[in-house]
Amino acid sequence: MHLTILIPAILNGLLTGAVYALIALGLTLVYGVLHIINFAHGAMLTAALFAAFFMHKLLGLDPYIAVFILSPAFFALGYALQRFVIGPAAHGSDSNILLVTLGLSVVIENAMLHFFRADTRTIDVPYGFSVVPVAGAYLSVPRLVGFGVAVLVAVLLWALLTRSDTGKAIRAVAKEKLGAELSGIDVSHIYAVTFGLGAACVAIAACLLIPTYYVNPHVGTGFVLVAFTIVVLGGMGSIPGALIGGLFVGVVESLCGLYLGESLGQIGIFLMFILVLLFRPSGLMGERA
Amino acid sequence: MSILIDRRKFLQTSALTAAAAASGTMAAPSILRAQSAGVKIGLLAPVSGALAYSGQQGRLGAQLAVDEINAAGGIKSMNGAKLDPVLGDAQSTPDGGNAEVEKMNSAGVSAIVGGFASGICLATTQTAARYDLPYIVDVGVTDSIVTRGLKNTFRFGPGFGVITKAAIENLITINNNANKPAKTVMIVHEDSAFGAGLAKLLNTALPAGGFEILDTIAHPTPTRDFNNVVLKIKAANPDIVIPANYYNEYVLLARTMQQQKVRPKAAIYSVLGGAASSYKFVKEFNEAAQYIMDCNHWFDPRNAKALELKKKVEAAGQFFTYEVYLNYSCVLLLADAIERAKSADRAAITAALASSTFANHIMPYGPTKFVDGQNTGAAPANTQIIGNDIQVILPEAFASAKPVFPLPPA
Repeated sequence: MHLTILIPAILNGLLTGAVYALIALGLTLVYGVLHIINFAHGAMLTAALFAAFFMHKLLGLDPYIAVFILSPAFFALGYALQRFVIGPAAHGSDSNILLVTLGLSVVIENAMLHFFRADTRTIDVPYGFSVVPVAGAYLSVPRLVGFGVAVLVAVLLWALLTRSDTGKAIRAVAKEKLGAELSGIDVSHIYAVTFGLGAACVAIAACLLIPTYYVNPHVGTGFVLVAFTIVVLGGMGSIPGALIGGLFVGVVESLCGLYLGESLGQIGIFLMFILVLLFRPSGLMGERA
Repeated sequence: MSILIDRRKFLQTSALTAAAAASGTMAAPSILRAQSAGVKIGLLAPVSGALAYSGQQGRLGAQLAVDEINAAGGIKSMNGAKLDPVLGDAQSTPDGGNAEVEKMNSAGVSAIVGGFASGICLATTQTAARYDLPYIVDVGVTDSIVTRGLKNTFRFGPGFGVITKAAIENLITINNNANKPAKTVMIVHEDSAFGAGLAKLLNTALPAGGFEILDTIAHPTPTRDFNNVVLKIKAANPDIVIPANYYNEYVLLARTMQQQKVRPKAAIYSVLGGAASSYKFVKEFNEAAQYIMDCNHWFDPRNAKALELKKKVEAAGQFFTYEVYLNYSCVLLLADAIERAKSADRAAITAALASSTFANHIMPYGPTKFVDGQNTGAAPANTQIIGNDIQVILPEAFASAKPVFPLPPA
């Protein structure tokens, strides 16, 4: 295979991978702290994509501006969901949380299907088709922006977790819930903050995706399957793991698509997934149990 | 049991209300009339699940036809009996479709129209056959739907074999008429029965027609990124690109080609292309859509009634997609059969359908004649996106424009 195809394919993989990583960040954060798998993550992504779509369609807001409204809004939404729906409904049992988030995803997706129909929608932004020539490849400007923002968000999240008081509280709750509670940390508040952060990540990802992608009520599911793989691959709860895992999965998918055909493109991801589970069950960057 | 009925009635009513709100054409009292001594007909569409958009469009078309017939005085040979639609959601799966056929049968429908996807139609026609329930397939192009000897099954539109044969012949005609500027072809197809089957047919038929196939690329549905595929197209530089995939992937592929500045010399030519003859695509991605050709279901652009229906659908804020006019036509075909059968009896309607010569419809078809359930008059049309509109370029009897081939220089 020619380098003229190989290099663009790797670059494209990195760009796709960055958005995967951003979606996986939210998932890994929630898993790392709450120890629950948030099945509603995909539905939340779809909801965020619809929100970004309507912000553009009805208010004329560019997604890159809407992100400053949507990410706090989704943070609040995520906070409220955990505090007032998932938390109380779970009654302290993890398997209940699993079912509650699964139920939420069904409710959210079908509500969107009801209100917005199954129509596929796209927005048209002036920079939607702009490209930058890099090493013989045309790289799409919105996807480059997506890459930059995804990396930035990962760095900020990592800084938040390691440097700030809230971050320390989140890590304390993740490590030892009872101990944290005894030291005066409001555990249900921290749970809700974490869930809110996960939702905010999804809102940012949606604003980065919508200029080049589409939205319909089922669109989130495809991304979340990949995001789950990244979370396990990178190490459950690890921020750098999610970022590196995301980029890695993007490149693997792209190269497998190139060499094995698009139909088999995803086989690489899941093959890798099985290998990691076999030889490094805690993930690439995960702490050993 | 009562819960089931309540749920169905609720769904039915809410769907009717939604349809009325959407189309603005149906008066509210007709909902209340649901219990009258009309002829019950089942309208089956996958209005939820992966095929929901197509299903909703199909239901819209069928509903418009029912409203039109009822507004014009119902079935005249039965003292103006109204068509009483029983709506069903196939949930985008064969099982979902079967369950609805069972329900419609117990609700006492005289016939069923719909199904949409081939997989659903294969199952639902068979279930309906057990009750000798006449069934009109609205889209379902797989040829085996009408070759299994089911006496109750009718398809008004063309099947896969007819469409692909016309598509290949028309491509060769268009190329020959332009002094053969195109020699090489690349096929991009989705990897389920539809795309893979088509790719296989093209791989045997096109070399015989003098084309060289450079590469055949399969991809799954959904595919999130077409950059690699486009890179391969760029490297091979074919004269013609033939995509065979569903709407979302089709649009992504066309957008990526535009973005990566990849443009085949002669044409993008689709067969049953997901977006290639979609007004939505033309409106939303006009530049990426320019000059794309398609061989697909299409209405007769010279027919005044078709244009009137198009206006009505567009006035309701919906796109005039093939699901709409195919379902519309199928309900009219059924109404014509009930009119001649002079009864709501299933066997009488089946016999009337089998001998149907349904004319004055809005499709660019030859005379209606059913052989083993297939309308032998059915044919696809070749369309091309030119400017803000979709023109019919072949067959010549229905054409509204001349083909632009090869592509004008960028």
